[in-house]
Amino acid sequence: MKKEVNNWEPKIVAFLCNWCSYAGADLAGVSRLQYPSNVRIIRVPCSGRINPFFILAVLQHGADGILVSGCHPGDCHYLSGNYSARRKFVLLKRLLEYAGLEEGRVQFSWVSASEGGRFADIIARVTEKIKALGPAKKLVKR
Amino acid sequence: MTDPTNKIREVARKLLQKKEVELIIGFEPGTSPLQATPCFIRDKEEVDRLIWGSFCSNNLATYLPKRQEKVAIVAKGCDVRAIVELIKEKQIPREQIIIIGIPCQGMVDRRQIEAELEGKEILKVEEQGDKLILKGNNFTRVINRNEYLYPCCQACTHRNPPIYDILTGDLVEEKATGQYPDVIQFKAQSPEERWKYISDEVSKCIRCYACRNACPLCYCQECFVDNTHPQWIGKTINNSDTFIFHLMRAFHLAGRCVECGACERACPMGVDIRKLNRKLTSDVKELFGYEAGTSLDKVAPLATFRPDDPEEFMLNP
Repeated sequence: MKKEVNNWEPKIVAFLCNWCSYAGADLAGVSRLQYPSNVRIIRVPCSGRINPFFILAVLQHGADGILVSGCHPGDCHYLSGNYSARRKFVLLKRLLEYAGLEEGRVQFSWVSASEGGRFADIIARVTEKIKALGPAKKLVKR
Repeated sequence: MTDPTNKIREVARKLLQKKEVELIIGFEPGTSPLQATPCFIRDKEEVDRLIWGSFCSNNLATYLPKRQEKVAIVAKGCDVRAIVELIKEKQIPREQIIIIGIPCQGMVDRRQIEAELEGKEILKVEEQGDKLILKGNNFTRVINRNEYLYPCCQACTHRNPPIYDILTGDLVEEKATGQYPDVIQFKAQSPEERWKYISDEVSKCIRCYACRNACPLCYCQECFVDNTHPQWIGKTINNSDTFIFHLMRAFHLAGRCVECGACERACPMGVDIRKLNRKLTSDVKELFGYEAGTSLDKVAPLATFRPDDPEEFMLNP
């Protein structure tokens, strides 16, 4: 019997804000929570620092999925960075999906510094979704 | 209704005579009968060069940023919307411009007419109300101008200038705003079909950046496409590079695009550039209730926020 081999593991890039989500990831680590190891973290000062270009550049360089995470609304270290980011994100996500990028390839979430468990859950959810979508082909530069 | 051409000349002459402005930006006849070309008039003796017609399609607001002198500008609905955005983005002070507003009937697409004539040369065009009389060697053809409007003019919901100092002509009837049937139609296709359509469109792009140069709101001193440090995108016509160029060009105009169609008219390759812009325009309207260039008081959607902005799109396990 022929055994089906599928060793493919997605590469997921996570942009985490320094003050909440990165600390949330840290908490998940020190709490010894298990979550998939497919995620590569890039620490940014604030979710408002995310230029849509970051997301497109990451897709162009072959990431299979992207997660952007920042402080919950009202908790931003810079008071309103995440509010401004939220407006950009909703337009970007809708634009990418309108252009035909798979829904779920680029995802956004809020994770606070005390939510290690939520961070682990989100990574598990995102990884599962990206695995279901398969390797990214669109926008990858060849 | 008075002929806008005469009214524009009269207004321009007065403004220059009284030295209220140094420069008039308007249109003069182009090199071919189906074209009008932007013209810059500083001498009151020259105001008779100015015209108005069905081919004054350029968005003259492009010439405003960085002007030093006081300017009067001939502007239809979309031009004024661009001017409003430029004022709000502090590219030119309101006091520095006199807007000669023109209610617009929609502009006629030269390429559509030429395609129908199959190479026959038009030597003269006369306009009579909705009729265009095309004359050439051994032929005369009468067409209805409303059947040959640019796609953006067909969809236009702001033909009357939202603000103006002097109005030439009577206000025209407007279509209901906030209707985006083309966006809904495109969204109804599958993601694969949409991806294929836009990929095919952007694959025509030769990265000449004519769309950026023609856009009244693309005035950045250093555009992301010219930037080398960091180099945001490759400068090749690789499909990934062109796709990202078009996505980002559209995104930079989110909540700013006034749908004048200047990008599409400037494109030498016939790329459907407005496809992505339209989506952003409809989303900005739906999510933030904002229409670019319609009011001097409303803050641009991406320059502000509300605590209760929509966030259903966010992952929430």
